[in-house]
Amino acid sequence: MPVRISLFVTCIVDQLFPKVGIAMADVLERLGCELEFREGQTCCGQPAFNSGYRDEARTVAEHFLATFDGAEHIVVPSGSCASMIAHHFSEMFPGDKRVHALEPRVWEFSQFLTDVLNVEDVGAALEATATYHDGCHSLREMRIKSGPRRLLQNVRGLRLVELDPPEECCGFGGTFSVKFPEISGAMVRTKIEAIERTGASAVISTDPSCLMQIQGALHRAGSKIRTMHLAEVLACR
Amino acid sequence: MTSREEILGNIRAALKRQPNEPVPSPPPALLREGSADNLVDQFKTAFEALGGNAVLVKTAAEAQIAVEELLNGRTFMTSVKMRGGEFSRDACASAEVGITSADYALADTGSLVIFTESGESRLLSLLPPCHIAVIERSKIVPSLDDLLRQRPMPGENSSAMVIITGPSRTGDIEMRLVRGVHGPGEVHVVIVDEM
Amino acid sequence: MKTPDVSAALGDKKLQLAIYSATGRMAERRREIVAQNVLPDYQDLRQHAHNIKKHTLDHLDYYLEQLERSIESRGGKVIWAKDGAEACAFIQKLARERGVKVIVKSKSMTTEEIDLNEHLEQDGRETVETDLGEYILQLAGEKPFHIIAPALHKTKEDVSGIFEKHLHSQPESTPEGLTKIARIALREKFLQAGLGITGANFLVADSGAVVIVENEGNARLSCSAPKIHVAVAGIEKLIPRAQDLGVFLKLLARSATGQALSVYTSFVAGAKRSGEPDGPEEFYLVLLDNGRTKLLADQSKRQSLYCIRCGACLNHCPVYRKIGGYNYPWVYSGPIGKILTPQFKGFHDDPWVPFASSLCGACGEVCPVKIEIPRILLELRADIAKQEGDRAEKLAFRIWAWVMRHPKLFGRLGSLSSAAIESLPGFLAVGPIKNWLSQRDLPEPPKQSFRDWWKKR
Repeated sequence: MPVRISLFVTCIVDQLFPKVGIAMADVLERLGCELEFREGQTCCGQPAFNSGYRDEARTVAEHFLATFDGAEHIVVPSGSCASMIAHHFSEMFPGDKRVHALEPRVWEFSQFLTDVLNVEDVGAALEATATYHDGCHSLREMRIKSGPRRLLQNVRGLRLVELDPPEECCGFGGTFSVKFPEISGAMVRTKIEAIERTGASAVISTDPSCLMQIQGALHRAGSKIRTMHLAEVLACR
Repeated sequence: MTSREEILGNIRAALKRQPNEPVPSPPPALLREGSADNLVDQFKTAFEALGGNAVLVKTAAEAQIAVEELLNGRTFMTSVKMRGGEFSRDACASAEVGITSADYALADTGSLVIFTESGESRLLSLLPPCHIAVIERSKIVPSLDDLLRQRPMPGENSSAMVIITGPSRTGDIEMRLVRGVHGPGEVHVVIVDEM
Repeated sequence: MKTPDVSAALGDKKLQLAIYSATGRMAERRREIVAQNVLPDYQDLRQHAHNIKKHTLDHLDYYLEQLERSIESRGGKVIWAKDGAEACAFIQKLARERGVKVIVKSKSMTTEEIDLNEHLEQDGRETVETDLGEYILQLAGEKPFHIIAPALHKTKEDVSGIFEKHLHSQPESTPEGLTKIARIALREKFLQAGLGITGANFLVADSGAVVIVENEGNARLSCSAPKIHVAVAGIEKLIPRAQDLGVFLKLLARSATGQALSVYTSFVAGAKRSGEPDGPEEFYLVLLDNGRTKLLADQSKRQSLYCIRCGACLNHCPVYRKIGGYNYPWVYSGPIGKILTPQFKGFHDDPWVPFASSLCGACGEVCPVKIEIPRILLELRADIAKQEGDRAEKLAFRIWAWVMRHPKLFGRLGSLSSAAIESLPGFLAVGPIKNWLSQRDLPEPPKQSFRDWWKKR
């Protein structure tokens, strides 16, 4: 019985970084999964929720619940979006049975590979020295730390160098990045200095929003370092 | 309405509690029982890591000699508890060395514990720039938890209990460690097998 | 929403280095001393501390009354101050009645909260901060920069300059030399002072005691040298039993400075007893409300009061580590300040406070009493959006939500905005886009969206 997955690609991947979704779909299909993409999907509601607009966020979350009703495994290429659904929907719908049923079925992409498919080697290959950025929601809310590293360890030709200092925020924080641009900018510049110190040619993460923030700063600084989503790396052959 | 009544009233309204409403027991106090092995060695190691100096002797007479050696000719004041007599704040403030007993020592953190009920002054281990404590070996306990298990009500007979863990220090200027800010920068302990 | 101008702090390279290295060092030392192999039950201890605080605050009236009885049974006095004015008024009156000229104080954020020094100085009483960092700042006329390391933004050259100016000392180039100058100057004050004021890290209900934790010795001197000891503490500082100190002391110094125990932990149960050679003759505890009972009423945010003032959240906050303590509107800075300020001060003056966070969660992860700071930040944001709501922002999110409920429209608009971003002339970029562009570039818009690609495959 092939594993049936309903993709929730996230609004940011759908509209700005479709290659991440394409890569994720590629990896999952190669592993024998059956994929569906429910067209009704849009967003998890996090931007509104984090800005304090819970009523507006709730309507979007309602739409999500309706769209993904009955889905067996919902796989998301973003730790922060997965966490929004798995941890914060319950704050908007306390005691709601639908949310209760949904929570255990939502997976961040790397977690799905390591914890559900029990796969750590997807047969990927990429000659590069890279470093890995732990997105804060992935790290602290979804508790994703070693999974992506184990997956990357098995990418042939890839040399992974850890960031020092580790586990520091890239400064995106959703609307924080535009409400407090100077602080957000200072934080991301510290992050890219750390990335540059590793000598890596690429920085990898499970979070597209972090990658967008970091990429924007690298580009502004004229750096040749590129950002890659974990899915894109795992899709390389 | 007094402020007391107002504050308590606000609290009860906030907590939806009635005056004299009973209270369930608090979570049990979490106090581990430490191992009694090698307490002297453990204490000495921890104390020295803090920058203190520990001397081990067998008898009270040997302790006396050790203290004299540590004094090295400096002016000193011995605690009232140890020598009797009166306490003079001025003498305490001008002495170069303060000599006190200690009621307990904590092996894991290298700490000394002094209760005022034993007749020890609050200021003698504090004002002089050097402090020498004399303690019986049997008074060394594994950790703070053990102290609190033995002395659950430290304030019962003492107005003050102080736990001293190393020389006085600060990092307030450029995070650079400086010893002897207000309290003693030099600390010694003489551990006696039997007084 | 008006946000503070932090450009001065961000642009000051010296300051940035000072904040970053000082907080980094404290964070590193904490990490080492709570590591699995050093303190294997660290997580259990945190939960236990949280549970004790929860129990205490959920029954605070009971424990406050027990504390009062314990203190009074030994001849001490408890003063219930509903606000800062009352607390200051009592201390001013006491100082006046006893003819006190010089007052020594050890570090207490609570006394900063109520501007105690200003009140005492108005009466012409010399009120000396004795914690080295606070003393330096007092001489310079400045406020503390960090809960635990108040003068971390000052270099030794700065300090020498301050001492030369206010103490007429010789220029001194080493921290040791500077500390010695302060020690001598302050020793005189300790011995002269007629009144010593301290804060309290913990108030112990079953013992009628205040627990004061420090490294220098100035708190011990402040509560033991003068004839009168006044401790000022928020009502939330209570713990039920002396035995609970086992857990709290194990967490406090480790979280704050990476020490197993601070140099001096004083357990003070009142004025000196008969037969004791020294100690104060009078002891007073000023219990301060000043808005705490208001916080207590909000059950979901009540844990904001569990704080034991270790400063770990500041040391780990990427925002604090960039903007420093002076860019927060109140005495409490960092993540704890972000949740306390709006709850104490209301939302009107500085509604931006709980939004100045990327919600990274580092604070909640290191809090020794497990305050869920990120969750509380989100709740405060929701409260503020309702109360102080930016009309334009609310409308924008209403529209956004509507689009998000209409997937076909979302699909089309998405690609439209991508195209718009690509062709946007710089000077037309407004609001959020302008803010984004001030710091980094926008992503390259894709040729087709994921959903369009999926349709075609």
